[in-house]
Amino acid sequence: MAAENVKDKVRRIIMERLSKTDEEVTLEARFIDDLGADSLDVTELLMALEEEFNVDIDDEANSIETVGQAIDYISGKI
Amino acid sequence: MRRAVVTGMGVVSPVGNSIAAFWEALVAGRSGIGPTTRFDPKDHRTKISGQAPDCVPAGFTPKDLHRQDRNAVFAIEAADQAWKQSGLDASKINSERAGVVIGSGIGGIETIEQEVLRMQEGGPRRVSPLMVPKGLTNMASGSVAIRLGLRGPNKAVVSACSTANHCIGEAINLIRLGKADIILAGGTESPITPFAMAGFSSMRAMSTRNDEPQRASRPFDKDRDGFVMGEGAGIIVIESEEHARARGAEILGEVAGMGETCDAFHITAPLEDGSGSARAIRLALEDAGIDKGMVDYYNAHGTSTQLNEPGEAKALRLIYGADMPLVSSTKSMTGHLLGAAGAIEAIACILAIRDGIIPPNINFETPDPECEVNLVANVARKTRVSVAVSNSLGFGGHNAALVLRRYE
Repeated sequence: MAAENVKDKVRRIIMERLSKTDEEVTLEARFIDDLGADSLDVTELLMALEEEFNVDIDDEANSIETVGQAIDYISGKI
Repeated sequence: MRRAVVTGMGVVSPVGNSIAAFWEALVAGRSGIGPTTRFDPKDHRTKISGQAPDCVPAGFTPKDLHRQDRNAVFAIEAADQAWKQSGLDASKINSERAGVVIGSGIGGIETIEQEVLRMQEGGPRRVSPLMVPKGLTNMASGSVAIRLGLRGPNKAVVSACSTANHCIGEAINLIRLGKADIILAGGTESPITPFAMAGFSSMRAMSTRNDEPQRASRPFDKDRDGFVMGEGAGIIVIESEEHARARGAEILGEVAGMGETCDAFHITAPLEDGSGSARAIRLALEDAGIDKGMVDYYNAHGTSTQLNEPGEAKALRLIYGADMPLVSSTKSMTGHLLGAAGAIEAIACILAIRDGIIPPNINFETPDPECEVNLVANVARKTRVSVAVSNSLGFGGHNAALVLRRYE
């Protein structure tokens, strides 16, 4: 899977889950401070990414705070 | 004692998601029952239900919808309508004196059902962190408070199909005791799911008149064969009389009394002689300080089951003998909304008082000697209504009756 595809896919899932637009979901955007999520939303979002990419991000979940971090993490796992 | 008056009403129901649509349908005698389409019911005995029209509260994003169980979404929509009609402004009230009492018979059962399936398929780590908050029966009450910023008393009183009457009763107690000035009260229910429908079906409690959905809910008719499931919410804004008058609000009616008893008899069957229900109705009248002869309209629990109507008819006979008030079950049109039923029926009573018209009990074709009452059969009746009684019974033997009165 190409890196660009992972990025697009992660961003699409974030847009859908958090009801945010393409412009809002920047690489720097923080889930809680910028995208209106709470801790329950973030946990559920990470679970959706786990399911989509078939990876396990359980232990690192707390350190993933931005869109870019999520993309980097998934890219490194697959 | 402080009086509890109604200043706003909202509804989500199989016959419409506004007070205007709901009342127009009830007065016209129009059924909201049809084939179940929320899921494929092909393996189910019962393939019909009363589904509410699509319901998305104002400003709700897909994320907002995802964060709430369907029952809470219904409650939020109905509460929005009621709040708007009341003319209350969250920035102008003492929000610590404003609360919410909204119950549900089976709460977030759809969420629980879906998350159990996820666990079954993907293991325990696939269960959503939203399962618990969405599953909770009290979350509708909590979510309405969050939306409107109401920081006073907040809870869900739960008693199966008498839930809404207990919630409204609790609301008037809070108002009368001076513990709050404003309470949004009622019930909400979203039981049209494969799992919930299967359970009620296994009890043989639901109609299987699948080829004639609109004729399936037929309370008091000899050929009734079970209730028809409905979904939705009914919410009313209840205020102390002095609070409503001080701000010049239009008062729609008064919740004048509530009576509650338990059969202490069987987990699902009501007492056959109707005595538990009769006691609740008498207590409600006593609470309201109203003579039984002043009741113009009795909105029956009237579920269309074999057991319910004979007991309810006996209860009325215990109180009235043969000279009873006019009776109808609006469940003949809406189906049975379980924990929300009493709320939409209290609303129907207030509208009956407002317009001087009693909604009909449709699908009444063959009298049943086991449950003869003074029925407003099939066609609405124009008559002055000053006092109405709305009765509810719940699995567990719960009986709860409300007295609604014209405000004068």
